[in-house]
Amino acid sequence: MNQPLLSVEDLHVRFRTPLGDVHAIRGISFSIERGQIMGLVGETGCGKSMTGRSILRLVPQPGEITRGRILFEGRDLMPLSEDEMHKIRGERIAMIYQDPAAALNPVFSIGQQIFMVMEQHQANSDVDTRQRVIQLLEDVGLPEPMTLYNAYPHELSGGMQQRAMIAMALSSDPSLLIADEPTTALDVTIQAQILDLLITLQRSRGISILLITHNLGIVAETCQRVVVLYAGRIAEQGDVGDIFHRPHHPYTKGLLAALPNPGSRGNALNVIPGRVPSGLDLPPGCTFAPRCEYVMDHCSQHQPGLFTVSPSHEAACFLHEEVGGKKP
Amino acid sequence: MQKFIARRMVVTVFTILLVSLIVFVMVRVSGDPRTLLLDDYASIEDYDELTANLGLDKPLFTQYAIFLRHALVLDFGDSVVDEQPVTATILQRLPATLQLGLAAFIFSLVIGIPLGILSSVKRDSVWDHVGKVVALLGQSLPPFWLGIMLMFFFAVTLDWVPPSGRFEWNSFILPAITLGWFTTAANMRLVRSSMLTALDSEYIKLARAKGVSESVIVWKHALKNAIIPPLTFMGVTLGTLVTGSIVAEAVFAWPGIGLLAFDALRQSDYAMLQGIIIFFTLMYVGTSLAVDILYAYLDPRIRFA
Repeated sequence: MNQPLLSVEDLHVRFRTPLGDVHAIRGISFSIERGQIMGLVGETGCGKSMTGRSILRLVPQPGEITRGRILFEGRDLMPLSEDEMHKIRGERIAMIYQDPAAALNPVFSIGQQIFMVMEQHQANSDVDTRQRVIQLLEDVGLPEPMTLYNAYPHELSGGMQQRAMIAMALSSDPSLLIADEPTTALDVTIQAQILDLLITLQRSRGISILLITHNLGIVAETCQRVVVLYAGRIAEQGDVGDIFHRPHHPYTKGLLAALPNPGSRGNALNVIPGRVPSGLDLPPGCTFAPRCEYVMDHCSQHQPGLFTVSPSHEAACFLHEEVGGKKP
Repeated sequence: MQKFIARRMVVTVFTILLVSLIVFVMVRVSGDPRTLLLDDYASIEDYDELTANLGLDKPLFTQYAIFLRHALVLDFGDSVVDEQPVTATILQRLPATLQLGLAAFIFSLVIGIPLGILSSVKRDSVWDHVGKVVALLGQSLPPFWLGIMLMFFFAVTLDWVPPSGRFEWNSFILPAITLGWFTTAANMRLVRSSMLTALDSEYIKLARAKGVSESVIVWKHALKNAIIPPLTFMGVTLGTLVTGSIVAEAVFAWPGIGLLAFDALRQSDYAMLQGIIIFFTLMYVGTSLAVDILYAYLDPRIRFA
């Protein structure tokens, strides 16, 4: 079988703070196949955005990647120099952010911004590049691309800004797009349009997308594979059907149970009791143990590894240690 | 853009009118000019003749209209002291002040902006600490003291530059530093904080994720955003550097308008003072207008507002 486009192996990210070390990511491994949309879900602070940034080696100070390999197109990105990383960032791996209004530079026009990215990664004539920018704006479904070329970010609506950012991300034909909460800042109808656009682009261009979100509904609609993160570790990963129909980790079950359901109108929403432990002070065993309704004695002493439930499905829970994936 | 400029121009005209009114009123309430112009032996007839000559027998409103009509062609009457036209004297002194103001302005930009950028990019490094010292000293040393100290060390003790007066290029150095250091410190701090905000923004994160090199991020993506707030300040300081040269000019005996104002003040030459205030106002308001237009050019959000 083909090797995956990206595999992250045993990634660790640590932040040195005056209060002590915060282990934001503690041994995450996953891979994305070519042309796949993979969802990375979890609560605020679980390390999902940090995972996305780590792939580009853009962990902000005072954080650092302390361990792990990032294999992209068969090459480990960790030993590369900054100069070599500049060629990966934006060219092979592109990223889009949550708030397009903040992520687009307010003092350059939309066209200029995309132009500058293309200019940097490709050596074409200015006229050709301009032509390609306009083509890209059209590809992402922006009306009147000629006019928009000279428009400034503040003149566009949120949805249009996000489309412009996607156009910028696509400008150098990347093979992986990391979308960090791409629809969170948008209203619901625009969210759906942007997700449709991402799916269309994945089909027409064959790019892989790592979709970072806290919204399980979005994952169910767009992704083929899902990784559920909890407190810097993978709780469960599997195909979208595995996760939504046969969840094995109590955390995933809790998340799914917490989704609003039209059938249970009027009843209080289910919640997972307790809160995510602080990265400064993690419990020694399973980090979910204090909130888990199935907690067992050894959960608070030992950290569960990922147990295989089925060939496509793994869960980090001792409940599945003995059953070996035979029983839920 | 044209609409923006037109609107700004109208505001500018009103500002100047308002200042002229304030100057006019202040001169009227500050004392009777006739007692200054006439000696102790003047007769009642002399007094009445002067009153008629100066137009002081006319209603206040008419007096203001006459004042405005003359001011429009930059005629502020004659100096009380040497009886030369005020405007001619000011214009003659103007180049010295403009040169000094410009030198101080350039000093404040050349030192302040790079140091601000450096301290923000290399945060907590030696540069950042140097910047902090410059900022602290610049904002806490009184200019007259700084001027005297600079003169003492570099002109008297080391004898590197002339102690005062306006001669070769090197006579500019000490007055320009004295005049410009406060602004340098302020520029540095503003650029630093503004750059820190810009460097921490989402669009810089995106630029990094696009593989933009660090120098392009700093000089193009961040600076063009970060320079906008300090720019307003710089524009205003260009005005204050020209108009605020009184201390520096007095300390270094610099033959500009500042020294002229200082002397006029000591000799109660208010015809001269009145002219200088209006001149300073024109320059100040003029630079503000220029800066606002430049500002609009740099920030598209203002341009289209």
